Amino acid sequence: MRKTSQLSPEDRNIRIYETLFSWILKFFSVLVVATLVGILATILIQALPSFRDAGINFYTGKSWDPVFKHFSATPFVVGTLATTVLALLISIPFSLSIALFSGFYLHPGRITSTIRLLIDLLAGIPSVIYGFWGLSIVVPAVRQFELFSGRVPYGVGIFTAALILSIMIVPYAASIGRDVIALVPSDLKEAGLALGATPYEVVRWIVMPYSKAGLLSGILLSFGRAIGETMAVTMVIGNANKIPGSIFDPANTISSIIANEFAEATDPIYVSHLIHMGLILFITTTAIGLFGRRVIKKWSSH
Amino acid sequence: MNKQILEISNLSVSIGNDTIIDNISMDFHWKKITTILGPSGCGKTTLIRCINRMHELIPHARVSGSILLFKKNIYEMNPILVRREIGMVFQRPNPFPTMSIYDNVIAGYKLNGIKLGSAEKDNIVETSLCRAGLWSEVKDALHRRGAFLSGGQQQRLCIARALAMKPRILLLDEPTSALDPKSTGHIEDLVSELKESVTIIMVTHNIRQASRISDFTAFLSKGELVEYGSTEKLFTVPEDKRTEEYLSRSAG
Repeated sequence: MRKTSQLSPEDRNIRIYETLFSWILKFFSVLVVATLVGILATILIQALPSFRDAGINFYTGKSWDPVFKHFSATPFVVGTLATTVLALLISIPFSLSIALFSGFYLHPGRITSTIRLLIDLLAGIPSVIYGFWGLSIVVPAVRQFELFSGRVPYGVGIFTAALILSIMIVPYAASIGRDVIALVPSDLKEAGLALGATPYEVVRWIVMPYSKAGLLSGILLSFGRAIGETMAVTMVIGNANKIPGSIFDPANTISSIIANEFAEATDPIYVSHLIHMGLILFITTTAIGLFGRRVIKKWSSH
Repeated sequence: MNKQILEISNLSVSIGNDTIIDNISMDFHWKKITTILGPSGCGKTTLIRCINRMHELIPHARVSGSILLFKKNIYEMNPILVRREIGMVFQRPNPFPTMSIYDNVIAGYKLNGIKLGSAEKDNIVETSLCRAGLWSEVKDALHRRGAFLSGGQQQRLCIARALAMKPRILLLDEPTSALDPKSTGHIEDLVSELKESVTIIMVTHNIRQASRISDFTAFLSKGELVEYGSTEKLFTVPEDKRTEEYLSRSAG
């Protein structure tokens, strides 16, 4: 009789379970990565006809008119940049104030944790609710302002979308900012105060320089969030397919044009042009993410 | 001759329901080194933090009594002015990591928004680093960040930073407890030299350190000032039994 194995039955069972378990983990992890690669490949392949058809005109042209087969992404790239940058500029004072107030001025306690909870809840509101609220409250308010200041009273447009977006992205920059500010060692803050500095001076010269990488990463995260936001923006931006002349004009962003027209695009080349824009969005958000990481790495190595 | 630089009278501090300092009154001596000695939790750190009003950072801390700085009650002064007159050095060296050595030394001016000409700045930086005994070691690296300095050098940089504001009193909160013996010796020598120009109040739990460098010693226990007098007398013929017990236990 030959021994088939040196191991006792219990040992063999353990080995089998361990191997099985690690294979299950590998399977699910690889599946997710494969899906990501698959999505990228699909977008690339389906965008190819658009590259061939429109070529460089896709980026240099000025109009998007599917009926006359004019396909240029410029109005939407401009719309996206204007909306996102404006939203970011509006949101930074709010998120920075919240971060400093709850991370530096307030002592940990009930008020701090309530503020933290409320800000985090803001991030959990579905974007369609923001869009709905924007239509019923912000759009009429902006319309009043436009009437008052002698503009065409659209109500909807880049400015309205940026207002809604800025509220939506505050929690991202605020919560990361608060966490990095709370991480500033207390002996540095004490050293500053003991030299006769006021709390503001400690924030300006000690807390901010120490936490700048984290503050920037929060802002970049909210930028990435804003650039891809679809539902709320689509509802209040006015859906105009031309290069906006002012921030009060109706426009479209890349994600809102895709959401609006993808279902009705019947011509395969029309679909391909929309997917091409999806590719631009995908690459932009990835680039922002990678850039953010590099900056943080560089700045936090002092 | 004892100029009345700092007088504490009937000082009590409580945090919530705990009494940390219990009715302490004491005067400090002009241009001398006074050490405050006592077991952990006796309130010695709280005591010196009251002197530059840093205790106000602790939530729910209540203070009664008065501290007079040149006959003026510091609790009726602007805390920012109090802290410019009374410098502080902490247990762990805490130079500002985002600033160069040079900027660390003049940080007090920068933080307070006081504008200085560049010659004046250079002068303050050199003088302060010399007084802290660090000039020769860092004069070629003034515009580098201080991360490469040893713990002892960092602590001397912190002393230079405090001296740059030209304080009349310097508070040292266990300044050598995070340092090795060699750096500790350096700091002790430095403190002994500094008393030529500044009044020094130092907290320590190291009784040898207290006996080596201080002129006066106060012994605190459970928030109470047990004994206060010249270091020589307190170490040789302590009046209170608790002092004697603490000294013999810690020495053994």
